[in-house]
Amino acid sequence: MYILEARHIDKKFRKPVSFHVLKDISFGIKKGEFVSIMGKSGCGKSTLLYILSTMDTDYTGDLLLDGDLITGSSSDELAFIRNKHIGFVFQFHYLLAEFSVLENVMLPARKLGEKSEAAIRKAAMQKLKILHIDHLADKKASRISGGEKQRVAIARALINDPLILMGDEPTGNLDSHNSENVFQIFKNLKEQQGLSLLIVTHDYDFANRTDRIIEMEDGRIIKQ
Amino acid sequence: MNHWSVSLSIARTHLLSKLKSTVTAALGVTFGIGAYITLVSFMTGLNTMLDDLILNQTPHIHIYNEIRASDKQPLDYLDGLKNDLKVISSVKPKRQPQKIRNALPLMEWLNTNPEVRGATPRVNSQVFYLSGSIEIGGNLTGIDAEQETVLSNFGDYVPQGDPSDLSGTSNNILLGAGLAEKLSLGVGDHVQLANISGELFLFKVVGIYQSGIAEIDNVQSFANLVNVQKVLGVPANHITDIHVKLNDINKATVMAEKIEELFTVSARDINEANAQYETGTSIRNLITYAVSITLLIVAGFGIYNILNMLIYEKMNDIAILKATGFTGRDVARIFLSQALIIGVTGGVIGLLIGYVLSALIDTLPFETEALPTISTYPVNHDPLFYLIGISFALLSTFLAGYLPSRKAGKIDPVQIIRGN
Repeated sequence: MYILEARHIDKKFRKPVSFHVLKDISFGIKKGEFVSIMGKSGCGKSTLLYILSTMDTDYTGDLLLDGDLITGSSSDELAFIRNKHIGFVFQFHYLLAEFSVLENVMLPARKLGEKSEAAIRKAAMQKLKILHIDHLADKKASRISGGEKQRVAIARALINDPLILMGDEPTGNLDSHNSENVFQIFKNLKEQQGLSLLIVTHDYDFANRTDRIIEMEDGRIIKQ
Repeated sequence: MNHWSVSLSIARTHLLSKLKSTVTAALGVTFGIGAYITLVSFMTGLNTMLDDLILNQTPHIHIYNEIRASDKQPLDYLDGLKNDLKVISSVKPKRQPQKIRNALPLMEWLNTNPEVRGATPRVNSQVFYLSGSIEIGGNLTGIDAEQETVLSNFGDYVPQGDPSDLSGTSNNILLGAGLAEKLSLGVGDHVQLANISGELFLFKVVGIYQSGIAEIDNVQSFANLVNVQKVLGVPANHITDIHVKLNDINKATVMAEKIEELFTVSARDINEANAQYETGTSIRNLITYAVSITLLIVAGFGIYNILNMLIYEKMNDIAILKATGFTGRDVARIFLSQALIIGVTGGVIGLLIGYVLSALIDTLPFETEALPTISTYPVNHDPLFYLIGISFALLSTFLAGYLPSRKAGKIDPVQIIRGN
């Protein structure tokens, strides 16, 4: 039983020129597994990640989340799935600059609307505490350092207790100290909470310490 | 749904963090609505005043006996000349009394007709006003003062005294303003009149009549119907004019034709007499609305611009909101509610400013000879204008916000995130 499973994913770009970017991608991620995707620039790893994250729906093949087929769902259903089941961390932090750190973390939960405002606030504080940035809660998101921003982004990705956390080079913009920090956070999440992780990275040191590396080249998986 | 509360709180934060452009956009709406309220209140106030100027002084139908040559001359009655060409030179009108024939039955017919709001009888007579050795020729019109006040706002043209003092049998008179000045008379003084035969009558001045038209005010006076008939030495059925007010002014032409047909009198309706007044009113309204709509369209473009800029600035925010599960509709809602918040606040402040300005205009002095009872500029505080104003503010901001919001809702987060 896979948390996330891709079956024969195929994608072509039509613009600006016709280009077969993903060719027959099939793999699965088990619960509590920490997987990294590696490959050269342009091999299609980011494209794959956006398909897996449900934001890109222009592909053929099947995508299953927790055993349910999600390929072909409506955009509203996909938005709900992203909101509840998938946490996402990007290379860039994408925090809303005018909001406080705490408000940024709370936003996805407020959108989900399953808990009261007070409960969401409590959960958000707890996530910040796990990441050791609870002292920043009331600061404006634009007023904290780069490493801190990325940790706030991770807290935001975790707020709805997702099935899987995806990262598109989450350490790409960070110095080695902060990169190590983020890696330890991911590892703790896997070990203590049994979270599944799928991280696209360029960093060999980072990838070598994960459970499994999926290597891609020219739109295919060459090793996993 | 709580969707609105999350979208609204984001919208509010956006608006507050961009306070300057928010205020600029809202001010556009405020000026548009404020100017609309001020303009439309003032313009319709003026329109009503100008209409009243004509309508009050002119009956819907004026019934009188016109002096004119008979349509059928005696020659026409000769059967033998039926097919011949007849030429009569120097035709003179037939001598006939000035009074309306069968005036009392006509009055009764009018007063029982459901389409007639009221009919008032009048008697016109030529008199001389005497002051020492000077004689001034003029008119004395006998009226039913009470009915006249109700039907034609007659009281508006009596700046001094009270028209109701005319009723009763005592010889009371409302003297034309110009006459009163010439004769150096005021309320409470007495004036001597002479009829055409030279008989003298003493009247007490109980008020001053001022129509605003000098030619009329220099010759015209009013007294009770009975007293004028006494001056003329005629019986109670001697009536020279009947003024008719209808419930619906648009039926005046039809009604006038019917009266002419049924009774041998001349009846002239208000549309015939004042064809141009309605055109003026509608054109003034058109100008008011054209100016207001232009102002609101300009305000709408301001909002459109500012929202477009905001969406461009917030591309990253929109992308992450969508990545974390906000739908296109949620995102569109954020920007649409910003437009509507700008519209509502700008609109409400605009209504207030419009009210204050029109109230201010209402207090500005406006003295006119034509309307002696009006002392300030006329303003029409119709609540309907405020309703139209706020609806228009909401409509224009909604339209201005709709397109940018839809664009924001359709942004593809993958494109933005990969682009960085």
